Amino acid sequence: MDFIVNTLTLTVRFSAALLMASMGEMFNQKAGIFNLGCEGIMSMGAFLGMLIPFSIGGASAVPWYVNILGLLAATVCGALLGLLFGIIVITFRAPQGIAGIGMQMFGVGLAGTFFRSYIGGTQSITGINATAIPGLSRIPIIGEVFFTHNPVVYFAYLMVPVAWYVIYKTPWGLKVRAVGTHPRAADSLGINVTKVRYQSLAVGGAMAGFAGAFLTLCQAKMFNAGIINGRGFIAVALVYFGKWHPVKIFLGAVLFTFAQVFQTQIQIFVPQFQYYEFLTMLPYILVIVVLAFNRESNKLGPAALGKSFNREMRV
Amino acid sequence: MNNYKLWYKVSVITAAILIALVVGALIILAVGGSVFETYWIIISMPFKNMRSFCEVLTRMIPLMIIALGISVSSRSGINNIGAEGQMYMGVIASCAIALHCDGIPRIIAIPLCILFGAIAGAAYGFVPGFLKAKLEVSELLSTVMLNYAAAQFYLFCIRIPMLDPNEKTGTPMTARISSNATLTKFIKGASLHQGIILAAILVVLIYILLFKTTWGYKMRAAGASERAARYGGINVSRYLIISMMISGACAGMAGAVELMGVQGRAMEGITSGYGFSGIVVALFGALHPIGIIPAAFFFGILLYSQVNLQILTAVPPNLVSTLQGLIILIIVAVQMAINNPYSQERFRKRFFSRTIQDIRNTSDICAKGAKEA
Repeated sequence: MDFIVNTLTLTVRFSAALLMASMGEMFNQKAGIFNLGCEGIMSMGAFLGMLIPFSIGGASAVPWYVNILGLLAATVCGALLGLLFGIIVITFRAPQGIAGIGMQMFGVGLAGTFFRSYIGGTQSITGINATAIPGLSRIPIIGEVFFTHNPVVYFAYLMVPVAWYVIYKTPWGLKVRAVGTHPRAADSLGINVTKVRYQSLAVGGAMAGFAGAFLTLCQAKMFNAGIINGRGFIAVALVYFGKWHPVKIFLGAVLFTFAQVFQTQIQIFVPQFQYYEFLTMLPYILVIVVLAFNRESNKLGPAALGKSFNREMRV
Repeated sequence: MNNYKLWYKVSVITAAILIALVVGALIILAVGGSVFETYWIIISMPFKNMRSFCEVLTRMIPLMIIALGISVSSRSGINNIGAEGQMYMGVIASCAIALHCDGIPRIIAIPLCILFGAIAGAAYGFVPGFLKAKLEVSELLSTVMLNYAAAQFYLFCIRIPMLDPNEKTGTPMTARISSNATLTKFIKGASLHQGIILAAILVVLIYILLFKTTWGYKMRAAGASERAARYGGINVSRYLIISMMISGACAGMAGAVELMGVQGRAMEGITSGYGFSGIVVALFGALHPIGIIPAAFFFGILLYSQVNLQILTAVPPNLVSTLQGLIILIIVAVQMAINNPYSQERFRKRFFSRTIQDIRNTSDICAKGAKEA
């Protein structure tokens, strides 16, 4: 029973990071940009989320606004890195796949470099602790699973309806979808394709940075160079899995977090189980299997995904 | 003034190098290092003595082999990000053979181990190739995921089934491989080993494969334009899979060579990021076997500097992987900038607009033409 409740509670809590990152990636892809650099952006976000509380308070508890400041710094840094990626793939029209790998190496390397020189070694922070909601958290099982988290988790979940609303119900969301589906048509209607794509990259990067900071502040409460550990790539895959729809992406994020939490919980509750590497593999294999049996979904994606747009070029 | 195209290329490349150096310098400043000292250590240390030069050449070997494989797959229109995982598989497979080579003569043992490394790498490269060709799974995602899976599988192998029986501390590593399967070093005390011969042979083989055979032609055609190639009767998906297997085989061989020539046993972190550096080398070498040689040398220097930076400066060695990422970003941007006719034209108008002399020359030519007519 403990095992089940623990697994579910942690799934609800840890889904937030993957959720934020893949929502951000969805904004990128809806605008036609395949941002494989998500991993690198998350890495920098995670580093900043660690750096600010650590440099102010060390391992001891810091006031809540310092942690929020860490989250904000990570968000801003993520947006800037998104814009940097934009310079490469929008202004220079570089192939997005390989540029994304460059962005990933750059982000992870930069976070590692700064980490080594500003923090040094493995250190832990207090981070943002879970707070039980009075009253609701007393409900057996459900209370623990859903109402014992910190506000950042709920904020991340709130982003699902917000993202849905922004993408499908606002003029800007319509522009984003137009730019990702048929940039030339959008351009002929007076939408500034370059501008909208840059904006969506900034939004996506900001969310990825936030997700990275969530990992250090609320989940791991420490930082190392490999902390993201493929979550950025899984976030990209989740967008495919969720067929570019916020709600389905949300379900995918919960499913994949469940797979990850499940394997860590097995290691804790069944220590005599020796072959835990195979459990660690599980989420990664799951991504491949899901993508392989989802081939129809490629056709539902934004039509101009991964294609750069050149105004001056004849069709 | 027709050489404005050349000047355009030169100025774009110069600007790119300057940007890379400046961003690198900013990062070094941000971590409190001395810019010139750091750059000087990176550039000068490899040429200090024979031993350090050999260190660079040793790092060149896996870089070259992996980059050759990646150039094949990239030219066929599939990006192989999975060299890291394929290398892990190559290490495990060749290690499994190399541990039991005691009675076998070297001349058989060494090719056998390399062959098994290649087969394992090719098999692991087959998976994303097949998924891409038949099920339309993006190879970027599948290879990355397979990297993580391979790293876990590798850890499992060296932790339980292949653990060194004499290892008491529980550090996951295998026993030393049989001496018959170890590649000999050329110079005593220097790390350069026979693997460089394999790398040289592979340069020639891949060059012939890509540019002198029908297979290579078809692969390049499939990469240049998939639809045109299909219209021309080329079985594109088949060549995708083949190119991915060649790519994987190269990465597997790189793993085998690294095991047999440098480490002597399979332990954690044996790939040391070669799989990703190989991508940068392949891009830097313009996906051409001949170009890959100087590119691998340059990145050998960069990777070797990680050791020196750690000893001599306060700059963390992670700087090198940051620079690699930066270089990828700059290369892909520069390639597009160079081939962009519009900015070329803008460049011409800005710096090579016609002078009075030009106009006079043209009017002379026109007058001459009119007279002849």
